[in-house]
Amino acid sequence: MIAWTIYITFVGAIALLVLPRAFARWIALVTAIAAFTITLATFFCDDVDLAHFTTVVRVPWVPALGMNYHLALDGISLTLVLVTGIAAISAVLFSWDVAERQNEFFFWLLLVVGGSYGVFLSADLFLLFLFYELVIVPKYFLIAIFGSTNKEYGAMKLTLYSFFGGALVFLGIIAIYVSGGSLDLNQLARIQFAPQLQSWAFPVLFLGFAVLAGIWPLHTWAPTGHVAAPTAGSMLLAGIVMKLGAYAALRVAMNLLPQGFQMWRSWIAVLAVVGIVYAAAVALRQRDLKFVIGYSSVSHMGFVLLGFATANVFGVSGAVLQMFSHGVIGALLFAVAGRMIYRRTHTRELDALAGMNLSRALPFAAFTFVVASAASMGIPGFSGFAAEITILIGAWKSYPLAVWITGAGMVLVAAFTLRALKRAFFDVDLAAEGLAKEALATTNPRLTELSPITIPEKLGAGLLMFATLAIGLYPKFLLDRIQPAVEAMRFLK
Amino acid sequence: MSYLELLKLAAPEAIVVVTALAVLTIGLASTRASMLGPIVAMLGIVIAIGAVLMLPQHANLFGGMLVISPLNALFKIICLVLALVTVPLASSEKSLPNPGEYIAVLLLGAVGLMLLVGSEELLMIFIGLELLGLSLYVMAAFDKSDVRSAEAGLKYFLFGSTASAFTLFGISFIYGMSGTTALAAIGQKLAAGPVQPLLAVGIVMTLVGFAFKIAAAPFHLWAPDAYQGAPVPSAAFIASASKVASFVVLGKIVLVGFAPVHGSADWHAMVAGWSPVLAVLAALSILLGNFVALAQTNVRRLLAYSAVAHGGYTLLGIIAGGRDGFSATLFYTSIYAITLVGAFAVVGVVRRESGGDDLQNFAGLAARSPFLAGSMSIFFLSLAGLPPLAGFFGKFYLFSAAFRAGGNHGLLWLVAIALFGSFVSLYYYLIVLKIIFVDKSSDSVAGHSPLATRHIFGEAVIAVLAAAVLFLGIMPQTLAARILASLP
Repeated sequence: MIAWTIYITFVGAIALLVLPRAFARWIALVTAIAAFTITLATFFCDDVDLAHFTTVVRVPWVPALGMNYHLALDGISLTLVLVTGIAAISAVLFSWDVAERQNEFFFWLLLVVGGSYGVFLSADLFLLFLFYELVIVPKYFLIAIFGSTNKEYGAMKLTLYSFFGGALVFLGIIAIYVSGGSLDLNQLARIQFAPQLQSWAFPVLFLGFAVLAGIWPLHTWAPTGHVAAPTAGSMLLAGIVMKLGAYAALRVAMNLLPQGFQMWRSWIAVLAVVGIVYAAAVALRQRDLKFVIGYSSVSHMGFVLLGFATANVFGVSGAVLQMFSHGVIGALLFAVAGRMIYRRTHTRELDALAGMNLSRALPFAAFTFVVASAASMGIPGFSGFAAEITILIGAWKSYPLAVWITGAGMVLVAAFTLRALKRAFFDVDLAAEGLAKEALATTNPRLTELSPITIPEKLGAGLLMFATLAIGLYPKFLLDRIQPAVEAMRFLK
Repeated sequence: MSYLELLKLAAPEAIVVVTALAVLTIGLASTRASMLGPIVAMLGIVIAIGAVLMLPQHANLFGGMLVISPLNALFKIICLVLALVTVPLASSEKSLPNPGEYIAVLLLGAVGLMLLVGSEELLMIFIGLELLGLSLYVMAAFDKSDVRSAEAGLKYFLFGSTASAFTLFGISFIYGMSGTTALAAIGQKLAAGPVQPLLAVGIVMTLVGFAFKIAAAPFHLWAPDAYQGAPVPSAAFIASASKVASFVVLGKIVLVGFAPVHGSADWHAMVAGWSPVLAVLAALSILLGNFVALAQTNVRRLLAYSAVAHGGYTLLGIIAGGRDGFSATLFYTSIYAITLVGAFAVVGVVRRESGGDDLQNFAGLAARSPFLAGSMSIFFLSLAGLPPLAGFFGKFYLFSAAFRAGGNHGLLWLVAIALFGSFVSLYYYLIVLKIIFVDKSSDSVAGHSPLATRHIFGEAVIAVLAAAVLFLGIMPQTLAARILASLP
């Protein structure tokens, strides 16, 4: 049944091409909700074996080359399908007011979502790669057509980075396919590849996927891409697309090439820790609110990679939970910055925002941002805390030094988050008021008062806040499903 | 062997020749451009396809001069289909002075293709090459009022005739060494003795002629001018059908005729033979084609340089050799041809509507004609090798075949170059799509929005080709299995 998430989303995308404009956003919303409902139904249905990568659909596709249309499900992929659904619904809600080329906008958006469902559910290496590459071009158009600041540069940079990663992945996949003689992920997971092959194929594959997860130093597409993208675009980028890379790195690179992983995992840990600290430090110096959030995404994804590098159940489960958590929190932060603030004030400069007294003007936005910041900083009670603490427990067993450095990094995260929160909403800065008036006057001469937060925005924000709070208070809900699936993975043994 | 039997086996070729003569007569009789000529031509091609299907499974005439096998029949059909879709393009092209003559020459070119594909003997292959080449020279120079068309024709002719001379010279060497011109017999003779220097010269010279046909660097210099200057249908035909036939024949020559002197292109164990020669051509084509394409501002020139690069990718399968490699090459070249005809068809429409085919003529095409923009993105994304389009599967098939070949991943270097090249190529394909979807049309072409005149024939061809590219991407099995089954 879970396979229908993919079909429904693509059918919705095609419907958008043929049906008139008046239906566009409703089609998108109905599609996203339908897919999410299916996921939830699967989630609460007990007769699915989530501890193993269980086949859902398997149809011969190109028998001559051993390709199958093969979908499967376990706790890890279900968690990510769930966050995809949440991010998709809220992204549609936060683009309720897209005016130009509406059908096209939602078409590209649904292609990204549908491709992501496909990646998370694929059990055939070729199929996984197909969906993985399928996501790239819609992303480009979503940003290049509908984006804002420096959009063509940001879109092209993001796309070229993705393609660069894709080329590495292509090479790695061919190497696995030719040496293993199969494309079935479950079959491949039982094959012992030659150590020599693993030693070069693993870094090629892992790095190729990790480009999309924002691994340092190949992360620079993320901040510019996030800033250039329209609100829904950044929400999807942070919420889903960065997870594609991390998920595929786990499912393909680490699970299929365990010896290569053991050889290289210390390097992954180093890159992850550098990424966490470096991105947080850079975020501290940004003037544009979206850049702050963009770098915070890189920092949070560093935790995911650190979790992978620990190679124990705690660390990897925490990493998967962090993917869910950051998907929700990242989407929420971008929603506030891009839709609630930028659409009204037409500026994201922290100095200009400081003079607008936004906590009075937009109380709901301020409330949402406070919740999102708290979750992002890792305050207990939110999902960010549950995930990061699990990762750090795991890391303590493998790399105690990394935990110390990361701890310092977390202080930086708190510092830049609080700085952005204070500057954007709670500063009373008389000097900045002139700047604010100027920004409002040049870009938005007619609007003297900021329009209130609309219902779709409240619904979208509510959904995301509920998700982060629910998982924060009761992480067992997801961890119980993630952990058995992680325990079944080969690189732990 | 009676003449009647010979005629039966050569029926498809004969039908196309008769059709060409009929179209020529119709063109003479009617002064105005009428639809009768193209319709008769298409009808003739369809009947010829039927005749190919009626042929017996296997036949071999005159020591390989005319061979009928599943593989040859399949590629005769593919070549005929490519000619079939080129005819409507020609009929919607208003700049051609004598459509009847043009279509007749096109059909004669198709006969050349069929002879080329259907022969396993060097002399007959050479005759096919010449018949095809002469038709294409005429087609390239057909627009007498356009100086660029004349330039294209002349360049193509000069380069082409020199290359043919090389090929003929090479063939004479091979004949001298082996005493036969039939490919299978050559293969047996070569296997018996050691490789002599004279034979190596013969092989290299023969390959030069084909490298010219498939526009592999450094024999690609004619391609940009021919693609840009020739009338659009001619360029489409040169870039598609002629390439498919050349790859089929090249594969047969090296894999059957020169099989014993395969050599090895493995990076850790290079052995002299034809495969290192082709490997160098492939690597050079991929790098040069992709990097030079980055700097182009004309879409047809861009397609020409990308064609050089695609020629390089396609060679990978032949270098890999074997059933797997050859079928990957054949699959890739077929889908590439379909894609390129489609891309040229869109270019033709845009050229008619906006008066040019530079990049800025495509600006804002998505707003002027969503259909053309959508089709163009399908063609370009397939060329770029993105899913779910045919080019994605084609590249996977090709590169995995190359990776598998040789001991200990010997062709890894070539696969890495090809992957790097296709990464570079994404940039310029994406730039074209960016101009189509993101940019606003400039003032000079804005007057035409939305596209004023429509041509049902041409649009139908574009729609069918786009659907085919999408279908072959989702269900590659339909073509790949046929090719695999037809290979011995």
